[in-house]
Amino acid sequence: MDLGALVACFASPACVVTQASSGLIVGLLLFLVAAGLTLIFGVLKIVNFAHGTFYMLGAYIAYSVLQATNSYGLAVLAAAAAMAVFGVAFERFLIARVYGGNVLMQLLICYAVVLIFDDLVKLIWGADFHAMGMPEAFQRAPIFIAGGVVPPFYAGLIVLSLCLAALLGLGLGFTRMGKIITAAAQNPQMVAALGINTTALFALVFGLGGGLAGLAGALAAPVRSLSPGMGFSILIESFIITVIGGMGSIAGALLTAIGYGLLRGFGTIGFPLFTDELIYAAMILVLLLRPSGLFGREIV
Amino acid sequence: MTKHDVKNNDKTKPGLGRRAVLATGVTGALAIPFLARGAGNVLRIGVPTVLSGPIALLGTSSRNALLLEADRINAAGGLAGRKIELVFEDGKAQPQETARVARELVNTGGCELLIDATPSSGAFAVQEVVRDLGVLCIHTCSETSSLTADPKLRAPTAFRCARQGVHDSIAGGAYLAQFANAHKFNKWATCSPDYAYGRDTTAQFLDFFRHFKPDIELVTQAWPKLGQPDFTEVITKLIQARPQALFTLLYAGDLSAFINQGNVYALFKAMTVCTPNVDYPVLSAIKNIPDGIQSGTRYFEEFPPLPANKAWSEAYRKRFGQYPTNWAWQNAAAMMFLEAAAKKAGTSDGKTLVAVLSGLTIDCPFGTNGKITMREDHTIIDYAIGWGRTIAKPPYIADIKPADWGQIIELETAWKKQLGYI
Repeated sequence: MDLGALVACFASPACVVTQASSGLIVGLLLFLVAAGLTLIFGVLKIVNFAHGTFYMLGAYIAYSVLQATNSYGLAVLAAAAAMAVFGVAFERFLIARVYGGNVLMQLLICYAVVLIFDDLVKLIWGADFHAMGMPEAFQRAPIFIAGGVVPPFYAGLIVLSLCLAALLGLGLGFTRMGKIITAAAQNPQMVAALGINTTALFALVFGLGGGLAGLAGALAAPVRSLSPGMGFSILIESFIITVIGGMGSIAGALLTAIGYGLLRGFGTIGFPLFTDELIYAAMILVLLLRPSGLFGREIV
Repeated sequence: MTKHDVKNNDKTKPGLGRRAVLATGVTGALAIPFLARGAGNVLRIGVPTVLSGPIALLGTSSRNALLLEADRINAAGGLAGRKIELVFEDGKAQPQETARVARELVNTGGCELLIDATPSSGAFAVQEVVRDLGVLCIHTCSETSSLTADPKLRAPTAFRCARQGVHDSIAGGAYLAQFANAHKFNKWATCSPDYAYGRDTTAQFLDFFRHFKPDIELVTQAWPKLGQPDFTEVITKLIQARPQALFTLLYAGDLSAFINQGNVYALFKAMTVCTPNVDYPVLSAIKNIPDGIQSGTRYFEEFPPLPANKAWSEAYRKRFGQYPTNWAWQNAAAMMFLEAAAKKAGTSDGKTLVAVLSGLTIDCPFGTNGKITMREDHTIIDYAIGWGRTIAKPPYIADIKPADWGQIIELETAWKKQLGYI
């Protein structure tokens, strides 16, 4: 523990800006993955253990599209779209068969998908790691705010992620489809009784969740190593976010993800040897005091 | 075989009774390993390695190098006249699994020798199997010095044909001390993976670094998790600490991610980064390798600058379509040691080779001066260790300075005495 360094950091605007922005980028990328996870759980009551696979495939697809087209924008869109389609197919052909069934069966299906796609990635892209590299448009010197360092690429990711979070919140709260999804999360039988096609609705939710995870993979790809199985670590962190935030709560996922990122950003200075343990301790504390998570009462 | 079949057999072959058939079968089954072992012209070499998981790339490169060398030796008549057959098994980098496959390769796989192409996690487990079975084994990937330096851990029939942490630490410490003095760099930071290799080897490096340059100030240390996807907060922490130079033991995908994320923060302009772990997989994965990283050479086709080294790398690339790794040269060198020992002894018998290997010096493209010696403590010396600086274009590392092996051995001996190994 180095509380002196932490106090010194809080006293320095440069340190606060640098660590806060780095925390925000870590948290907001996690939010994009966790949002899909919590949305799927909120509406379908399915714990999608294969969600990290969407993230991994998104990153690899973006990598290949960038190589083929040299357009990072196209790569991001292609990854998100492909994973949305994959999400729909995953729900229709696999998950739909175990609705209301044994949770163990859902777990086994997800685990099988994880293993199959990890191996498929090895077959297609090879077992060794890849690096996408920074797109040319973002190969710029960092911005200095109050002496703190903020890379332009990360600033762009923070803005984009916050916009997506706002869009998601507004879309769910104020559009007809959003209200249907919210209603389906609370009482799917009633929604079906009102003549709404819940089969299509469930597929749509899975598509949206998959698309968000694919998008996160594509956005992270320029700075992270791509390797088979890379979705596993992000899945663990996403589960921590969704559990603390409250399974099914988008707002909870957003705030927890930001808190998680900031804890990592400043924890690495003040508690370098047990930053991760702090996060797990926070999760245990929340589960003890509020078993449904911080925002668990909100369904979506 | 069903009862009916047995009955039919009895009728058609009246001279062979049921008991005789059973006895023959049982005897045959028991004899299979020994028959395979003595199968005249074929010498089976068992290779526990890692063919799945995050470091499968390294295991695959080990397999490639061994196949390349086995084919070359077989084309020249084999090992003391016997054709080499390599038997690969995946130990999944797990100690128990690696020990199990190593034992099976010998006990039921008919393997007379072992080449243990697993990292330290597997090598220490294999060492105990080797001690138990008394089979000749060459470890080709474990860099943990104690495997052969500690007499309590050393096995009489086990050798190591791989670089060692203590050798790299001395060479790195000496080179970086000179570099630090030349640039007046006193403020240093470290960033290494948070497990035994990262912590132990960083401590070992710092010990030798301080031996050469006692006035360094360690301003911060970071210990990211192995395989951590995001190093952002670690990078910003390092920038806040304002060191003049950073020593890191991150490797493979982690090093690649660290460099990419460090580029985003212009980390490489804020401090000089030093690492022994830049190799071809990292170089080929990173699109924008920064100039001026002070880097060790794990495997580099330009170092040692020998035609044989370049030719070996080209043969490897031509056959497998990728650059060799550090594990690749170490496995190739192990085969070269077996080849030279068998030639000298005139036999491929393991027990005879054990005696011949100890103290053997061979011509080898990976030796500093074209030669590598298997020292009496069953580990190699005089292999190529160099440090230079990265450049953005091929050959990627320039101004390579070879390590002083006299200095390495002198300090290694002192280190062994300090730990009570000798």
